[in-house]
Amino acid sequence: MSDEDKPDDRPVPPGKPKPPPLSRAKRQELRRKFLRTVLLTGGIVGAGLSGFLPLVYARKPRLRPPGALDEKDFLASCIKCGQCVQVCPVDAIKLADLIDGVGVGAPYIDARSQACDFSCDAVQCILACPTGSLTYDKPAFMPVRPGAQLAAKPILIPKEKDPEPTLNLSERMGVARLTRPEMCLAIKGKGFKGPARGHSFRGKMRYMRIDRWKPVPIAEVRYEVEECDLCVRECPIKGAISIETVYAPDGTQRKSPVVHEPCVGCGVCEMICPTEPVSIEIVPREVWRA
Amino acid sequence: MNTFLRKRFLEQILVMFGREPRKPEAVSEEARQIHLVKRTTNKEKLQAAAAHAEAHMNTSHKWRNRRWITLALVNLFFVFSYYFDVQILEGALTASRFIGFHLIDLNSALQVMLAHKHIITNLLIGTATVLVLWILFGGRSFCSWVCPYHLLAEWAEKIHLRLMREKLVTDAPVDRRLRTVFWIVFALLAVATGYTVYEAISPTGIVSRALIYGPGLALLWVLALLVFEVFFVRRAWCRYACPIGLTYGVVGIFTPLRIKYTLESCFHEGNCRKVCLVPHVLDTVIKGRAVHTEVPIGPDCTRCGLCVDVCPTGSLTFDVKGLSKLL
Repeated sequence: MSDEDKPDDRPVPPGKPKPPPLSRAKRQELRRKFLRTVLLTGGIVGAGLSGFLPLVYARKPRLRPPGALDEKDFLASCIKCGQCVQVCPVDAIKLADLIDGVGVGAPYIDARSQACDFSCDAVQCILACPTGSLTYDKPAFMPVRPGAQLAAKPILIPKEKDPEPTLNLSERMGVARLTRPEMCLAIKGKGFKGPARGHSFRGKMRYMRIDRWKPVPIAEVRYEVEECDLCVRECPIKGAISIETVYAPDGTQRKSPVVHEPCVGCGVCEMICPTEPVSIEIVPREVWRA
Repeated sequence: MNTFLRKRFLEQILVMFGREPRKPEAVSEEARQIHLVKRTTNKEKLQAAAAHAEAHMNTSHKWRNRRWITLALVNLFFVFSYYFDVQILEGALTASRFIGFHLIDLNSALQVMLAHKHIITNLLIGTATVLVLWILFGGRSFCSWVCPYHLLAEWAEKIHLRLMREKLVTDAPVDRRLRTVFWIVFALLAVATGYTVYEAISPTGIVSRALIYGPGLALLWVLALLVFEVFFVRRAWCRYACPIGLTYGVVGIFTPLRIKYTLESCFHEGNCRKVCLVPHVLDTVIKGRAVHTEVPIGPDCTRCGLCVDVCPTGSLTFDVKGLSKLL
């Protein structure tokens, strides 16, 4: 005789009748329901935690839009609404997919296919951000990584003659780096003719000489230069990059693009670079090392 | 043709040739029962019963159609506003700007606040606006009138019920306390890890962004949820998992807009409970359970109106607390 089947001879308190014992089938059903509940809990919490996998595997860092907080704060504060995507005049901002785990739906820039050229003048994505993930004014309590801070507000060349020529950015998105000097046309002393990225390239950019307000497809713009300097020519930030004469180890003299401290890491040089693979790239989150 | 009808057919031929119609010697069992009822029941009750039966036949889809149209319009408004760049409603369901006014989903806002631990003014304004909005419009009405996943799940539920009728699947209910557990777990995860963990798996956010910014791999997760709901647990996500639902449910405590139950006209047939996403809110319709002649339905109700549509007696209606007094 099991416990449940024993007659209950304890005195029953008045007004509180003891519930009848559950039948075997009912108990089994409850047990199954409990097991299902536990399984579903595990499944959904597991799915939630799987979002951390990309972090654990230390995927290549994303280039975030201008004004982004440091990566961890950025992912914590981004509400994944895509308002930054909607205001960008050159559609530089994309939203990350499932492979970004907890970063799913967070904005990033693939500079090679479409860089941020600041053709919005006022950094519209920062203005659009509802949660302060992208911000002009980083809260005082958040630390600034050494070298991330720009020495001065960057001057945007297209509005150099405006009363307010600067972009209200205090930290850089990354830094441009000549990652494949062996490819660089300037170093080879070569010129360049034709559209920078070919006729089928879909990227857009603002050209002051064509239209102050409307970005045009890069495929429609023909270049003809004796010595390639596209990265310097199209860089929207004053003093961020220049062609300098450098000396190779064997003592020979050659030209090379050199990146300077004002570089904000917008990625225009990476987008416009006509070599394949690209010679100059943005290192996301990179800080300035003198 | 059964024997009774065959006999009558021959009889009618004889009547044509001149025989007087006679009372039949025997009638079918079905007919006999109805004759019996007609002798014993009074006419008014019979007519009422017939009218009730007819009301069952004429199920309306008024509220469901209105709801589906609203849901589609809200979501398409986001899509078209971006597509045609009219800048009226920018963003997605997690956060948006309507003619410049910030609107921020309460659960997303909560996740961000807990993870980031720093709240800027715009976030606060947007959250407060949405809070007021859903206090006015009925808390979980967000679920059934706005959430795009809800609509997908509703269609998946139809398939599930179809398969259930064919005895191919059974609904395996899960403990409802699970949703509360999830709510707490995801809140704690946000605080502890500093990441908005729930946002990464929120089907509401994923579907909303997929509609506006184009589909992605994240839809596979949504698809997996729908498949699970079709074959295993009816409406699993909305019923047992979604913390957004619970957040808006809490808002529903303070809302004047709800479904009202009228005891007197109710036949206690329970059709409303069969169509309901959250049948536990309709326990009051069970015979003997109503504590008063009119009982408002609880805060977990999504105000979807399916019960209003299905009720043959009009015992469940949309109601705004205090409005009838005011008018």
